[in-house]
Amino acid sequence: MESEQEQEAGALGMASGSVLRGLPTGADGTSIEALGLNAFYGKKQVLCEVSMKIRGGCVTAVIGPSGCGKSTFIRCLNRMHELGAGARVTGRVALDGQDIYGPMVDPALLRRRVGMVFQEPNPFPTMSIRENVLSGLVMTGRLAAGQADEIVERSLRAAALWEEVRDKLKEPGLGLSGGQQQRLCIARALAVEPDVLLMDEPCSALDPIATARIEELIHTLAGKFTIVIVTHNMQQAARVSHDTAFFLGGALVELAPTNRLFTSPRDSRTEDYITGKFG
Amino acid sequence: MENDASSLSRVERPLSERVIEALLRLAAMVSVATTAAIVLTLGLESAAFFSEVSPGAFLLDTEWTPLFAQQHFGIWPLVCGTVLTSFIAMTVAVPFGLLAAIQMSEFSSPRVRFWLKPSVEVLAGVPTVVYGYVALIFVTPVLQKMMPSIGAFNALAPGLVMGLMIMPTIASLSEDAIRAVPVSLREASLGLGVGRVSTIVRVVLPSAFSGIAASVILGVSRAVGETMIVAIAAGQQPRLTLDPTVPIATMTAFIVQVSMGDTPHGTLEYKSIYVVGAALFLITFGMNWVSYRLSRRYRRLA
Repeated sequence: MESEQEQEAGALGMASGSVLRGLPTGADGTSIEALGLNAFYGKKQVLCEVSMKIRGGCVTAVIGPSGCGKSTFIRCLNRMHELGAGARVTGRVALDGQDIYGPMVDPALLRRRVGMVFQEPNPFPTMSIRENVLSGLVMTGRLAAGQADEIVERSLRAAALWEEVRDKLKEPGLGLSGGQQQRLCIARALAVEPDVLLMDEPCSALDPIATARIEELIHTLAGKFTIVIVTHNMQQAARVSHDTAFFLGGALVELAPTNRLFTSPRDSRTEDYITGKFG
Repeated sequence: MENDASSLSRVERPLSERVIEALLRLAAMVSVATTAAIVLTLGLESAAFFSEVSPGAFLLDTEWTPLFAQQHFGIWPLVCGTVLTSFIAMTVAVPFGLLAAIQMSEFSSPRVRFWLKPSVEVLAGVPTVVYGYVALIFVTPVLQKMMPSIGAFNALAPGLVMGLMIMPTIASLSEDAIRAVPVSLREASLGLGVGRVSTIVRVVLPSAFSGIAASVILGVSRAVGETMIVAIAAGQQPRLTLDPTVPIATMTAFIVQVSMGDTPHGTLEYKSIYVVGAALFLITFGMNWVSYRLSRRYRRLA
């Protein structure tokens, strides 16, 4: 399946003048595989038998109408879903082959490898920009002496925020604009050096310019991390992802290379959705 | 009514509406007028007091003996008693209240919290005279078993019991403040691989700080203003000491002692309770004001 996706992506990329140009892939990135994944809120089932493979080092977009379970799905990938009251998960999610729902897995350790960026920018209000970037390392007692400055600069550069904040690292993170706050949250997630970055509609609270900057950023991060991005914006999915998964009613309808999914969907429901017949 | 220009003209409002408005205005006026009257009375009587006792003696004398032949009017023994009992109360109320708040907001299931919070709040509804007797006839004897030197009246027992009384206030208000911290901040922290306890200590509590601080200050001003418990169990002996095992008197306890006794109206010792009342009013007013400012700031944050 993986090779099929890659071949198709390559073929379509050449054929269509490639929306994927400049979107690198990382061959040895961490892959994720869901097998028969179900998620519940109390008695209500919100994910139903989802099985899909997320290629390592690639950007996978998850699209679908509101309430289709796409956010729940990525929240199952770092065991965030189970934190809600009455929430539970059954099935298997393998991170590079290791089941993250296994009995010996510490969710906190898992989340250091699988970072997350949320819908609303959520910098810590009591911390400065610098403290926000370092927070993950500081709060887990892993900040090595003398490394702080370097980590702050590297993370903020990786999040394309360094030039804008280099002179005001001591100022509160909440003083930044919404788009800057979101990039600060990305820097904060990158500082703990995850292998996977989950992004839950990271641009939904941002204006178009800030959105464009985040999308550029995803382009530069592609290949260095395995990225899974939930978006309600199909153009965004087309712009930033290698693969796209379409969810409907808590189930996976179709997973395909992004170009193919948007040009020749195999499932009629996918076609109806991307042509705007519903959703 | 016809839909023409005249429909915009002022219409006589029904009598019932005007009566209700007048009642509401009256109700609002009552509390304002009461406060004004209290401030006025305290001010006038204090002025009369200071025409006989110099402010210097009031602030510098180390004894408070208005009811003795040899009168001294140094306020510090009473302030000391109030500070001592309040401090003891807060060493009980703050840690237990805060831990209860964290337990209720972060670790209890919604169903447990549904029962736990009202049960904790019931503690705040027990009449303080009951607490006073608990301090006198239960806590003090227990303390005497542990340290025989402690007096039958002391600051420790009423302080501890007062802490118990204030704990629910701090627990309940802090719980509100902690729960007002957005879930997104907890998720941000947990999403970085930070453990649950670290998330609470380093993200949630600092974000709820102003609300927690407001609840603590409110607790302190309740401790400072608390009367019955200390009047019953602390001994009513003004004494400049921080020793919790000997009888002391707080500002409130002194006021009770004089106003309940046979002190003649118009005498200097009678006026002294107004000056103590004024000092008390200033202290609690100041703390309520700080608490109000803090809680406003925290509401803006949340």
